[in-house]
Amino acid sequence: MSEALQELSSYIGEAAGQLVASSDIAYGELTLKTDAARILDLLTFLRDDVQCGFVNLIDVCGVDWPARAERFDVVYHLLSPRQNQRIRIKVATGEDVPVPSAFPVYPGADWFEREAYDMYGILFTGHPDLRRILTDYGFEGHPLRKDFPTTGFVEVRYDDEVKRVVYEPVELKQEFRNFDFLSPWEGTDYVLPGDEKAKQ
Amino acid sequence: MSEHNVRNFNINFGPQHPAAHGVLRLVLELDGEIVERVDPHIGLLHRGTEKLIETKTYLQAVPYFDRLDYVAPMNQEHAFALAVERLTGTEVPIRGQIIRVLYSEIGRILSHLLNVTTQAMDVGALTPPLWGFEEREKLMVFYERACGARMHSAYIRPGGVHQDLPHELVEDIGKWIDPFLKTVDDIDELLTGNRIFKQRNVDIGVVKLEDCWAWGFSGVMVRGSGAAWDLRRSQPYECYSDFDFDIPIGKNGDCYDRYVIRMIEMRESAKIMRQCVNRLLGDAKVGPVSSVDGKMVPPKRGQMKRSMEALIHHFKLYTEGYHVPAGEVYAAVEAPKGEFGVYLVADGTNKPYRCKIRAPGYAHLQAMDFICRGHQLADVSAILGSLDIVFGEVDR
Repeated sequence: MSEALQELSSYIGEAAGQLVASSDIAYGELTLKTDAARILDLLTFLRDDVQCGFVNLIDVCGVDWPARAERFDVVYHLLSPRQNQRIRIKVATGEDVPVPSAFPVYPGADWFEREAYDMYGILFTGHPDLRRILTDYGFEGHPLRKDFPTTGFVEVRYDDEVKRVVYEPVELKQEFRNFDFLSPWEGTDYVLPGDEKAKQ
Repeated sequence: MSEHNVRNFNINFGPQHPAAHGVLRLVLELDGEIVERVDPHIGLLHRGTEKLIETKTYLQAVPYFDRLDYVAPMNQEHAFALAVERLTGTEVPIRGQIIRVLYSEIGRILSHLLNVTTQAMDVGALTPPLWGFEEREKLMVFYERACGARMHSAYIRPGGVHQDLPHELVEDIGKWIDPFLKTVDDIDELLTGNRIFKQRNVDIGVVKLEDCWAWGFSGVMVRGSGAAWDLRRSQPYECYSDFDFDIPIGKNGDCYDRYVIRMIEMRESAKIMRQCVNRLLGDAKVGPVSSVDGKMVPPKRGQMKRSMEALIHHFKLYTEGYHVPAGEVYAAVEAPKGEFGVYLVADGTNKPYRCKIRAPGYAHLQAMDFICRGHQLADVSAILGSLDIVFGEVDR
């Protein structure tokens, strides 16, 4: 399996090396990195090349890395039924830097890109219908971003007087608690809460 | 009526329509009875599973997977368990693997029974659901006897399965297979040759194979269009390569072919279950069912009474949980509905950094517009039935 992956990786490097920024194999999976300008060419190459044949788009999703300058990764997973191989392609992008939509290459990218837009606010140019998909009509914000609170901002209930569902600011009887259970005794490099007050 | 008075008609299909299989809202644009455009509105069951998983430890994330495709819960857990095991490099003992396969196949039968019979109901038949649900009920009892819950089992966990199966349960599962095959034959007799059922399904919702791949289809949808593609065979996970089973493929890619494939797959699943039962009562009768190194799977109660180390492990695993090395994997299983995948990004702590759930139904449903165009209004529910949509996994 891994030999075939090595072979595939070096083949892509030879045939389309100018489209790929880097490639590595970890946990038995091949990951290619590229940028927004070259992604469509790379996807088209992978789909149409006889030795690749990645005709099946498995998934497109976003990942948020708030500390990075280009905070989002757009991750494509492709499957080649003919070669029986999978491949992952990553494109880094910023909050207001659009990525070309994969819709012209794979029509199946439609909803996956809508979801990435809905959840992260990643913009796709050339998408036929980039609107929210999973969240409520009129929802604000992008819930899977790391800076979006898990509890959200609004809650809904049915109001018997106005005979419709109303939105209200979220009100919890108990604050959402996110416990930090990470072992403090395994070579930590952070200061335990309260320790900064201790006299040295 | 003069020409300018003729206009297309927009109707709402769902979200309360029984043939919408849950909470799907379809906005249909009709020209007479011909469907011109379909716009599915989803997300009415969106619960933010992926966000919630990011705030939980790896073990606490397991029960969320039951609530995705809730007609075949364990198949989802299986994908997550495989992803975590791949990152941590954990080996599952053979008895645990066979139990996983056994329950994955039970899940497949659960899902196919529901789908085949409710699809029949969508096109007008009432008896098949009654017969099918009786068998589903028996299968859910097997779920309950293994893990205590009929549906939300949280049984397949990273490292193995939660508890060992009693031998009586394995024997009872073995005894269930033959009467079940009889029920499948009965449903077969009722539907497969039925004139009305054929009129509603043959040549409806035909998808060509290259369109299947381009739209991201998997599972029965690609097999119905003629691809011999099943992850259990082509990219075997667990111990599926030890088992003997066939993969049915269709010729025409229509709703009827997909129905027939599901019927055959139920028989094949029963075949796999029989082999599992024989092995669980034979060469794998005793042995551990989950990883034994104590760093991932908590010890049993009995050990905790005697061993200090076991007590410490138990405490640490249920509070802090285990740490997963940084990295990313995509693990997929052949769920009843197609390829169910988990893309897991770990950052070396006890919680997943990102857990993208790739649900097969999501990719299938987005092609509704593509498949339904030019069909009659009544075909929409037949097509929807054959896509096998469950909203738990589509909306997540």
